[in-house]
Amino acid sequence: MVTINIDGKNYQVEPKNNLLQTVLSLGLDLPYFCWHPAMGSVGSCRQCAVKKYADENDQKGRIVMACMEPVVDGMRISLNDPEVKKFRENIIELLMTNHPHDCPVCDEGGECHLQDMTLMSGHNYRRFEFNKRTHNNQYLGPFINHEMNRCIACYRCVRFYREYAGGRDFNVFASRNRVFFGRYEDGVLESEFSGNLVEICPTGVFTDKTYKKHYTRKWDLTTAPSICHNCSLGCNIIAGERYGAIRRIASRYNGKVNGYFICDRGRFGYEYVNSDQRIKEPLRRGQASGQLEPVDVSTAFEFVKNIVSKKGKILGIGSPKASVESNFALQKFVGKENFFAGVSGPEHRLTLKAMDIMQNGPSNVPSLKETEKADVVLVLGEDVTNTAPMLALSLRQASRVKPMELPIKMNIPTWHELAAMELIQDERGPFFVLTPSETKLDDVATATYRNAPDNIARMGFAIAHEIDHNAPAVEDLTEEEKKLAKQIADELVAAKKPLIVSGTSLLNEKILEAAANIGRAIDKKEKIANLFFVLPEANSFGLAMLEDKALDQALQAAENNKYDAVVILENDLYRRLPASEADRLLNSAGKVVALHYLQNQTTEKADLVIPVGPFTESDGTLINNEGRAQRFFQVFYPQETIKESWRWLAGFMEDNGLVGEDELVNLDDLINAVVSDYPAISAIKEAAPGSQFRINGQKIPRASHRFSGRTSINAMCRSANQNHRKMQILPCPLPWKATMDRCRRPPCRVSGTLAGIRYRLLISFKLKLAADCMAVIPAYVCLNRAWKMNLIILKKCRPCSKHKKTTGWPFRSICFTAATNSAVLRPALKN
Amino acid sequence: MLTDKEIAEIEEHIKHYPRKQAAVIEALKVVQAHRGYVSDESVKDIADFLEMTPDEVDSVATFYNLIFRKPVGKHVILLCDSVSCWIMGYENVRDHLKKKLNIDLGQTTQDGEFTLLTIPCLGACDRAPAMMVDNDLHGNLTAEKIDEILEKYK
Amino acid sequence: MERPLTERIRPGETNWLADYQKAGGYEGLKAALKMTPREVQEVVKQSNLRGRGGAGFPTGLKWSFVPLGDDAPRPKYLIANGDEMEPGTFKDRLLLEGDPHQLIEGMIISAYAIQAEVGYIFLRWAYKKAEHVINKALAEAYQAGLLGKNILGSGFNFDLYLHTSAGRYICGEETALINSLEGKRANPRAKPPFPQTSGLFGKPSIVNNIETLCNVPHILHHGPDWYHSISHSVDGGTKIFGVSGKVKNPGLWELPLGVTLREVLEEKAGGMREGLKFKGLLPGGASTDFLTEQHLDIKLDYKGVEQAGSRLGTGTMIVLDDQTCVVGMVHNLEQFFAQESCGWCTPCRDGLPWTRNILWTIENGQGKMEDLEILEGMTKTLAPGNTFCALAPGAMEPLQSALKYFREDFERHIKEKRCPWRS
Ligand SMILES: Cc1cc2nc3c(=O)[nH]c(=O)nc-3n(C[C@H](O)[C@H](O)[C@H](O)COP(=O)(O)O)c2cc1C
Ligand code: SF4
Ligand code: FES
Repeated sequence: MVTINIDGKNYQVEPKNNLLQTVLSLGLDLPYFCWHPAMGSVGSCRQCAVKKYADENDQKGRIVMACMEPVVDGMRISLNDPEVKKFRENIIELLMTNHPHDCPVCDEGGECHLQDMTLMSGHNYRRFEFNKRTHNNQYLGPFINHEMNRCIACYRCVRFYREYAGGRDFNVFASRNRVFFGRYEDGVLESEFSGNLVEICPTGVFTDKTYKKHYTRKWDLTTAPSICHNCSLGCNIIAGERYGAIRRIASRYNGKVNGYFICDRGRFGYEYVNSDQRIKEPLRRGQASGQLEPVDVSTAFEFVKNIVSKKGKILGIGSPKASVESNFALQKFVGKENFFAGVSGPEHRLTLKAMDIMQNGPSNVPSLKETEKADVVLVLGEDVTNTAPMLALSLRQASRVKPMELPIKMNIPTWHELAAMELIQDERGPFFVLTPSETKLDDVATATYRNAPDNIARMGFAIAHEIDHNAPAVEDLTEEEKKLAKQIADELVAAKKPLIVSGTSLLNEKILEAAANIGRAIDKKEKIANLFFVLPEANSFGLAMLEDKALDQALQAAENNKYDAVVILENDLYRRLPASEADRLLNSAGKVVALHYLQNQTTEKADLVIPVGPFTESDGTLINNEGRAQRFFQVFYPQETIKESWRWLAGFMEDNGLVGEDELVNLDDLINAVVSDYPAISAIKEAAPGSQFRINGQKIPRASHRFSGRTSINAMCRSANQNHRKMQILPCPLPWKATMDRCRRPPCRVSGTLAGIRYRLLISFKLKLAADCMAVIPAYVCLNRAWKMNLIILKKCRPCSKHKKTTGWPFRSICFTAATNSAVLRPALKN
Repeated sequence: MLTDKEIAEIEEHIKHYPRKQAAVIEALKVVQAHRGYVSDESVKDIADFLEMTPDEVDSVATFYNLIFRKPVGKHVILLCDSVSCWIMGYENVRDHLKKKLNIDLGQTTQDGEFTLLTIPCLGACDRAPAMMVDNDLHGNLTAEKIDEILEKYK
Repeated sequence: MERPLTERIRPGETNWLADYQKAGGYEGLKAALKMTPREVQEVVKQSNLRGRGGAGFPTGLKWSFVPLGDDAPRPKYLIANGDEMEPGTFKDRLLLEGDPHQLIEGMIISAYAIQAEVGYIFLRWAYKKAEHVINKALAEAYQAGLLGKNILGSGFNFDLYLHTSAGRYICGEETALINSLEGKRANPRAKPPFPQTSGLFGKPSIVNNIETLCNVPHILHHGPDWYHSISHSVDGGTKIFGVSGKVKNPGLWELPLGVTLREVLEEKAGGMREGLKFKGLLPGGASTDFLTEQHLDIKLDYKGVEQAGSRLGTGTMIVLDDQTCVVGMVHNLEQFFAQESCGWCTPCRDGLPWTRNILWTIENGQGKMEDLEILEGMTKTLAPGNTFCALAPGAMEPLQSALKYFREDFERHIKEKRCPWRS
């Protein structure tokens, strides 16, 4: 800790960050553009100027860029000195000279960093009277819209796309005030992280086309903290809805998982939720027609009751994409012995194997963010760009860790991106990619190895043997293979934080074993290896915690025992089994009841189809690949026939007297039931606050404060047939309030653009207005560290009331702090 | 396609640097020396040859003002428009050239003979006003002198 | 008066290796190779040679920041800055075209002093003759064992290459130059770290101006005491001064540092042309502050010009006469700077075009009094330290001094709604 003096006041701070980040983290206002917490400082926009004084006697001081200044003990600075304030005002005035001032038609509107900084810097009268320079825009593909005239040349886009994410089909062109950011020629952006341009850009140059298409405005969205369902990493997202359709997915900051970013699959892969293939009401196979026909909810309940009341035996098939709670509800409904994981046998056993290694192996299981800190990386068999895209982004950062030792040695702080990168140049790694075919990480690899899965496993064993000669040796390696194995082994042993990445995608058990062996071998060297396994799906871990038996056993059971019905949870057996086996299973298990949100081959075979909500219309918990339980929350309330799977199943149980009345009413009840049956995953309870959670006696609103939009929303609600009306009336059993409307005062108004800590806790990532809510910082930090402490800390959290300062700009941010909490299951598993 | 000659010349430059991408500016100049300008296709060829993307090559090419990304005339006139030449009568010389060639700055004559561009200070301030035609420097320009000089390139 | 840099140079001709050696060339190198690198640095430090590229940083001191010794990163680089694009500056061209081996010798010695293995001469594109001359001289030097492996049997290796630019003034800024040499866009780099520790390809590098390097052989040959003796100032040595504009005899002269401005202007350049009166001048290229009549007796050395409120810069002066419009001249300068901004930092990228536009409106009789306020504000916003590199602050120097000394000329344009110098 060091002491710095800002405008006459002393602050105790850690000297590890640059001055800008430090100032922001203290909750003070300082506008900026080019700096980004994930990408460091380059000092190009010159917006973050402060006065720095040489010593106590220095009256005049010197203008410096806060983002380029290290924090040193005893330093004295001023943010409010008139000269530096004037300077910042002039800078924003210059940035705005060529800006088109097209805010009313700009999709950035509502969370525009440029708007906010302009306001904060106090520039409001335009003196520039000349022609603006204009640019042509490019077609960048179906997802990203390009409007170059809004550019303020902060260079963030090109730095993210090229240096951070490794894309090579995007760049900066020309020079002086003609600099242009885009592609060599029109065309689809190739990077799987291109969507982050939308958030990285502090103005509206890059916007989300899928969102733009519907003329939605940010303040029209109702949002909820959610978890991406597209792979096993569980990136944190914010889903936004308007008029009953999902309109946008944005990243939600989680410093342990995805940080500031998400991949394009997560961002743009949501349209199925709005698809016309959605199942919206119960369907029953008509006796006469043989076709699925819409029926009402009571008919569906009757159908199920018919089976249960005859003391029928029901087979349950779960899903690695459905929540722990839904899977548990089905298991409880059909009985543990009749419940099977809806995954192919080999895949499920591989998942169990991976979990077993994580649980029992001596190696550490890092979080996704921690993988960025690894100084040596070995990728064993997994093409992570395809199976867990954000992991590829993290590993790319890891490839710079070792080279970064040089700048550190030379006293260049790591946040000084510009200097550090010039010093390390193309140096990357040590980084080894052993995969059957080329991967998109090969460009940072020290060496690559291409061979069949079994041979990759052999290499893994050979590496383990090189590290620890007691580990089994591998015969018949070529000289080259031996050399490579030795090289990798040496680097892993020399590393401070060696990381081995592997996974289940090759369906090869030996690869997992080899990875485990390497971990053990490193352990023998008195070092801790980090083992990061990619699992097949969003809740593979959670499902495997509930159930060992998979579909091959389910098929056996179906054929051996006499089942009266099979209930299939959010799954399509035809994607998990060869069609003939899926047919056999469905044909031998009696009546087929499918719970799903989309039509698929399985629902086509069903006798009863139950309409359930996808992730946007239900809530529950997912356990990601490292055993982190994370809750996702319902974004909006669809038509009444659509319910969460667990709610349907709880209903069936209650209806048939399997549970007491009011025993399983809301998610809290279900979670309590899971915890009592599966103490090993009791931590899921701590993944997010329960429905009784309040801040200052209020629920957390999840729609932004509506100003201009309010009237139109109300008008919409008044008109018939609007979901919004129902949404208002429906009691929401969550800690979130449906909208901001009728909220006495936002319980948490957090400003959005702050340094690491406060940045991106909320909906409007770029919104940084007067630091209104300092109090949320301790809350956040605490929530993240240990949920149990939250109540103590939150008492101190008296947002809004204390901070009277207002800038006059409509405040639109919302705090989702509480939802960022996540519980890691592994320690619990170990005991 | 780069010609063998171009490739040989580029390779000669590559030898001077620890990595070949550092020679990209040289490569652009080599192509320009042979073809007058750097076409979109050449950008891609250079990119391929240096294991870069066209985006990377063009990012550099468009930064430097003496890499021509559009066709130019047979002869390029670079007229100094900086301060010493301006004091010494740049505007008259410019107007004369424009009239004489019947083009504006940045344009190429109809017959494709001359392209007229301005350039910052040619380092011939003691001989101002000055211009370069192709690789030759001409100082102390007057209307008559310009006529004489242009004759030589016809 | 001794003129070590230019005495061998005859107009239009080049001294090749034989000529150069006959005139005592490469003696400095022989002397240097007998010393340790640190000793060479020490000699240059004692000579008080200061950089001739504009900033005037002491050369020996700059070298001393380069890590020496076995554990220093390798290779290290020495770069000669021959970009010379500062308007009004034409001194390096003379040295490059007339006496290439003087530069080469200077570079070998300097490389030895910092133990650099590789050198580049960064030459601006437009210097076609110099390109030809340097290429030939380099071949001669390789042939004679002065470059390459084991130079003159000393065990010291040094490879030297010529790199020609593709235009743009910013390439003269040393860190932008380094980026350009790496084949990148010539945006400047952050300082610190300085190139001395992290430069070309991330390795320790020194960038020196052509004229600076050309001084080195003579310092090594004749010693620092001699070097001081040929100067009229605490700064060592001679300086190539130049004059352009409407003087009788524009040109370049090598003179002792510390001569007076009047001597250069009146004796060497022959005073103003018939019928014209001296109004002011930029003493060291386009990015220095105007000096006027009252400054004619100042001493031309680093301190002397600074005390007068300007900078020695490149030592090449641009003279403004009473029949040339100062607003037009400043507009021309700002047009140049706006054009040459690299586009990296806001104040320069967006401030200079605005400045240029305002000057254009004033020059064309459409200016307003408020415009002068904007211009003055701009000189503060684009002041040293506020921008990423020194280009924009340099651009403000002529503007701020013109507003100071010739304000009424600006106001006359605005009041008369026309340029009083144009008919
Ligand atoms: C915009 C700009 C342009 C410059 N152009 C040149 C140049 O053309 N030649 C030069 O020697 N130095 C130039 N410099 C100065 C160099 O950055 C650097 O200080 C110099 O080359 C160091 O050499 P010296 O110490 O020998 O003077 C320029 C500086 C700036 C900021
Ligand atoms: S002042 Fe800024 S924009 Fe101008 S040349 Fe320097 S870095 Fe580039
Ligand atoms: S210069 Fe500091 S944020 Fe841009």
